[in-house]
Amino acid sequence: MSYIGIIVTYVFVQNFILVQFMGLCPFIGVSKSSESAIGMGVAVTFVTAVASVVCYAVYTYLLIPFDLAYLQTISFILVIAALVQMVEMVIRKMSPSLYKALGIYLPLITTNCAVLGIAIINIDEGYNMLESFCAGLAAGLGFTLAIVLMSNIREKLELTPVRRSFRGVPIAFVSAGLMALAFMSFDRSLLANLHLA
Amino acid sequence: MLTAILSAFLVIAGMGLVLGLGLAIADKKLAVSKDEKLIELEGAMPGANCGGCGFAGCSAYAEAVFKGEAEVGLCSPGGAALAQKMGQIMGVAVSADMEKKVAFVHCRGSEALTGQDFAYQGLKDCNAAFLLQAGPNACKEGCLHLGSCASVCPAGAISKDPEGFIVVDAAKCIGCAKCTTVCPTGAIKMIPASASHVVACNNHEPGGRVRSKCQVGCIGCKICETKAPGSGCHVTSFLSTIDYHEADEEALAQAASLCPRKCIIER
Repeated sequence: MSYIGIIVTYVFVQNFILVQFMGLCPFIGVSKSSESAIGMGVAVTFVTAVASVVCYAVYTYLLIPFDLAYLQTISFILVIAALVQMVEMVIRKMSPSLYKALGIYLPLITTNCAVLGIAIINIDEGYNMLESFCAGLAAGLGFTLAIVLMSNIREKLELTPVRRSFRGVPIAFVSAGLMALAFMSFDRSLLANLHLA
Repeated sequence: MLTAILSAFLVIAGMGLVLGLGLAIADKKLAVSKDEKLIELEGAMPGANCGGCGFAGCSAYAEAVFKGEAEVGLCSPGGAALAQKMGQIMGVAVSADMEKKVAFVHCRGSEALTGQDFAYQGLKDCNAAFLLQAGPNACKEGCLHLGSCASVCPAGAISKDPEGFIVVDAAKCIGCAKCTTVCPTGAIKMIPASASHVVACNNHEPGGRVRSKCQVGCIGCKICETKAPGSGCHVTSFLSTIDYHEADEEALAQAASLCPRKCIIER
């Protein structure tokens, strides 16, 4: 599969939030305002892209030579946790306001299954290093796309007369479900039509 | 077999070591420098994290003061001494006189003295009891004696005495006013720590209704207000309250002795 094919796959066809249902915690938690949603998206994109490359390297050059493929999950978690800590430090230094807005969800990227998910998918699909990087970047971009769309919808919802029992999280879940239905229309035939499959 | 275990151990330990070292270096390089004033302010805080100031905790309040978003002197546990100290650190004059306040249960009712509408056997929690027709007491504004205030008190100053009354240990009370927000009837209120007398009733109903329910409730007869001028007692909506700014000790003692319901009590 070409690099563009990989990117289209993980942004639309296999969108991490709306099709694979990974990383739902920040999707609801940080999507109240578009500013923090973009910040979260960028942070997750950075982590998925770098984690994909590092995890690929760890798997190929460390675990395979020592015949330790069964340590895949624990070593990936180790790498991701360290990366997230690093991102947290950088954000705290660069943008204290973004650091405050992201709050608890920033350290929670560690346990965001989207990050571990893309690292393991890369190995399962047999991607090489550059393909892994593309997949990681695209997974993060897909996450950003979904969370930014969601935050815009939720900002609109704030100004919309919604029944009291549906206000807040319930209407957000209904919107998320409708968005997921919409993303279900992107399937393998999209790749075929674009001559990318 | 042994080599497999050893290599697994070494690989994971080595990865942890490398990543840990990397993080340690990054932490030093990317350290966020805190202003000395902020560190000093945080150090001056009592550290009770009671939330009485309206912020998430002591450090959150210190930060708000540092940024100029909050005034000094909102911290009741720290009192006047802390307000002065924070004023010094920030270089602003502190004008407001900080009077130490303590909580007090404005009710002397009990099962015997106050009528009961029904026998409550649910959760030992005032708010749970209050959900059932505003509690089992005939008087809906008195103390429910289930001690929700005691469970939120960060200083452990509230307890139940042997007779079943809820009492506040004024020496232990830090004045955070958490108990006044959790109390469903509003019977527990803040008074100045120096107050000598208290109107131990919270019932705003007319005299006749209070008489039918409670033997120690304020009936709003206004004797304290008219017969003991200068006591600071004012009757509004059938309940006497003491304005401690204008209260005169002698007049207050007189008002207490004149009170037909004996609900103005000495602390």
